[in-house]
Amino acid sequence: MICQECGQRPATMHFTKIINGDKTESHLCDQCSQEKGEMFMFPGNSAFSINDLLSGLLNNNQQMSQSKESAVQNNKVLQCDRCKLTYEQFTKIGRFGCSNCYKTFQPNILPILKRLHAGNTSHTGKIPKRIGGGLHIRKEIEELKTQLQSFIATEEFEKAAEVRDRIRNLEKVLNEQGDR
Amino acid sequence: MSLEHFLNHTVNSWMNEEGPYSDIVLSSRIRLARNLNNIQFPTVATNEEGQQIIGLMMEHFAEKEVEKVGKLEFLNISELKSLEKWVLVEKHLISPQLAEESNYGACLLSPNEEVSIMINEEDHIRIQCLFPGLQLNEALELAQQFDDWMEEKLDFAFDEKLGFLTSCPTNVGTGMRASVMMHLPALVITQQINRMLPAINQLGLVVRGTYGEGSEAQGNIFQISNQITLGKSEEDIVDDLLSVVHQLITQERTAREALLKTSHIQLEDRVFRSYGILANSRIIESKEAAICLSDVRLGIDLGLIKNVSRTILNELMILTQPGFLQQYAGGPLRPNERDIRRATFIRERLKLEELKDNGGDVK
Ligand SMILES: [Zn+2]
Ligand SMILES: [Zn+2]
Repeated sequence: MICQECGQRPATMHFTKIINGDKTESHLCDQCSQEKGEMFMFPGNSAFSINDLLSGLLNNNQQMSQSKESAVQNNKVLQCDRCKLTYEQFTKIGRFGCSNCYKTFQPNILPILKRLHAGNTSHTGKIPKRIGGGLHIRKEIEELKTQLQSFIATEEFEKAAEVRDRIRNLEKVLNEQGDR
Repeated sequence: MSLEHFLNHTVNSWMNEEGPYSDIVLSSRIRLARNLNNIQFPTVATNEEGQQIIGLMMEHFAEKEVEKVGKLEFLNISELKSLEKWVLVEKHLISPQLAEESNYGACLLSPNEEVSIMINEEDHIRIQCLFPGLQLNEALELAQQFDDWMEEKLDFAFDEKLGFLTSCPTNVGTGMRASVMMHLPALVITQQINRMLPAINQLGLVVRGTYGEGSEAQGNIFQISNQITLGKSEEDIVDDLLSVVHQLITQERTAREALLKTSHIQLEDRVFRSYGILANSRIIESKEAAICLSDVRLGIDLGLIKNVSRTILNELMILTQPGFLQQYAGGPLRPNERDIRRATFIRERLKLEELKDNGGDVK
């Protein structure tokens, strides 16, 4: 087979990529695959190695759950009702089909997320302003409540009263949002 | 096309501006992955859904004047020639994946190319900010600004517990990848890098050679980025990364000083041999070019080479890649032709620098 890049030298490297279920093959000579390799290995393009790892992890997980219980049935049934991706497909491509997949597969993916993210399963970063309006307020209320506790503990009642009023105000805002 | 004209039109800010710690840190980048709530992710999206995303992005963001950044240009990837796509990849403005695999990929670019927003890559939207030198906080601030701006118009997929929902589970949470590109020749020469990399990995950070793996990094350039995106805030991720980067800077500087003290003549020999190769070779492969460029860059940083500006090496590392060489040549080149062009390009570029230095007229 001749290299499809330069059309000169014999192809020594054969790559198979599967994207959206479409299989594409490329056949390159040493030199061209090196040149192409430079393109593939750009910073940020870690998808290959991480994805390989991930796919291994997911399949492992599935095998484990299959051997534990008679989960064969389970995995067949597990399908996202919005994008129709099945859990089995997910373990193969390592990608979700839509935001609803996270809900559908939640019990299965939590242990995986835990392993991928050093034991973490809860987001503690940015909350989008518009979508997370109520969430912002609830988080603030939580923080204020701990503040309130410590003011009470140190008998700083004036400050505690201030904090209490702020909590009441925020709860009012939250209720108004809920009514809408 | 004259070399200088070509350079003026291809070099973007992060290549020719010197940022903080630019003797060691080449660039800083923040990338945020975002998806829309009610449209399937690009992995499974239909053509219509892909077009729908592009439509939304054009309607809300294309040609919009953004404060401090300017008017965003919209590029439909499928309308670009393959060489043009390569050049965008080599400039680190889009990923190879977007260039090669997406049927309905697009991007929005700011005039100075500091901000590029990829559309329909692995996620619906990827906001990327790329700054010269060590400016992670600055890049984060700008990326957040763009994120807020887009969120005003779009419903992002977000979950109270899991944060931003991304196509790949490795990005869920903040959806943020922060990365820094560092030139660490002295740590490689002294072989200290091998001791440091495993420790960095244990901190939840990933180290990658720009073009290869581990210490085999071509041109001694390493990319360090966060691996964990869930359970840490954006600021904490950046802080953790910065603390490691600062340690590496200190270590690299110490190693450079030690090398100067203990092996001055060997170092000088190595640097000037590499300079000699770059200034005189007629055929040069990308790997050899990267090694020599790294040596020369070290020579400039250490004051051994005085008449070459540091930034031309940032340029050359980017501009001697296949896409750029072919763009400069005005057409496709076979690999052996590229090696010849690469050698010519580097020689010309160094000559240009010499002329400038001698006060010659290079306009
Ligand atoms: Zn070939
Ligand atoms: Zn789904």
